[in-house]
Amino acid sequence: MAKVELFVNGRAVTGEAEDRTLLVHFLRENLGLTGTHVGCDTSQCGACVVHVDGRAVKSCTMLAAQASGSTVMTIEGLSANGELHPLQVAFRENHALQCGFCTPGMIMSSADMIRRHPNGLDEATVRAELEGNICRCTGYHNIVKAVLDASDKMSKAAVKAA
Amino acid sequence: MYETQYHRATSVEGAARLMGEAEDGKYLAGGMTLIPTMKQRLASPSDLIDLRRIEALKGIKIDGRKVRIGAVTTHYDVSVNEELAKICPAITNLASHIGDPQVRNMGTIGGSIANNDPAADYPSAMLALDATIITNQRSVPASAFFTGLFETALEPDEIITAVEFTTPDKAAYKKFPNPASLYAMAGVFVARSGDRVRVAVTGAGENGVYRLKDAETALASSFGPSALDTLSVNPDGLLSDLHATAEYRANLVKVMAKRAVAEIANRPM
Repeated sequence: MAKVELFVNGRAVTGEAEDRTLLVHFLRENLGLTGTHVGCDTSQCGACVVHVDGRAVKSCTMLAAQASGSTVMTIEGLSANGELHPLQVAFRENHALQCGFCTPGMIMSSADMIRRHPNGLDEATVRAELEGNICRCTGYHNIVKAVLDASDKMSKAAVKAA
Repeated sequence: MYETQYHRATSVEGAARLMGEAEDGKYLAGGMTLIPTMKQRLASPSDLIDLRRIEALKGIKIDGRKVRIGAVTTHYDVSVNEELAKICPAITNLASHIGDPQVRNMGTIGGSIANNDPAADYPSAMLALDATIITNQRSVPASAFFTGLFETALEPDEIITAVEFTTPDKAAYKKFPNPASLYAMAGVFVARSGDRVRVAVTGAGENGVYRLKDAETALASSFGPSALDTLSVNPDGLLSDLHATAEYRANLVKVMAKRAVAEIANRPM
């Protein structure tokens, strides 16, 4: 058994798991954070994307033991003070989900994407950057719109704050 | 996934010692191939020795035109290195198009070349740049490192610590990615220094990455995409699968080579 120590959504957590336990299963089963989904389980669909030490990774392709010592953010940790994150608002307003299964991964990937492109995004970049996330309902169109919308609002907010 | 024992190494020596003690151990870097392979039960190492947190294996060092990239440097970290982009944009551009963003955040250059997937991007760069693969035991030129399909000159307990190369005058990499897997169906890295030209092909060869010497000869005498007009790429020994026949790949190799050459010929620096 491996001792797993993480800082998840601002909270220090400790747990035990088999060495082969994937991070996604540790999050879902040990910590009850079921917002992170298992879609394909073959590292392709991106429904399991979380941030590990600030970067988007597929939590179905990382062992919990590998992540031990890291800071993890899941979809549950994104909103602050009872307010939805701008990406969550944008996904709602742009009807960027239908069944919603891929949404947590889409949003976590997009949050990382916006962080890496603080001066804004264009459609081609968003589409290329979402290559690791699969949606079987929307045809991506409204997801791309939502990411552009959130990116626009977040970069404007950053300009205002500065 | 079958049971395994996870170990986190803090030094190269420690990692080698852990491997010596393991029954059937595997080194783990970004895990972007190894973990999916283990999940499908196609690999079942008794022990995983995690190299990702070893400080000595991290980072990019540039000294004039000499570049050293630590083995556990992620594709993302290579892709955003501004100093490297100034002297060798082909390699940062290659890194920025490997897999998807999540893969680039975890996957490492050392892992990519140790795995030597026939469709991986980095092996072509290593071969075309005439890079040296540095391990904890020796230095191996790329031309002797990639020995076959998923095979390298590495001994089972040997650890890649870094890759080193001298930047060429100009270089470019062009690939045709499979739209589903994003792996190259053919990728061509062209590097030119003076009138020496090296052309390496990934994604197409049955035995993995290889040099396209006919193209090198043609380009050495006249560097430009039209120099490859009469090039005939032999489909013998090329991969043939549901994505593309060997003949189709042979044509892709030529097209990608011409695109890479055109990019170099049109670039000002």
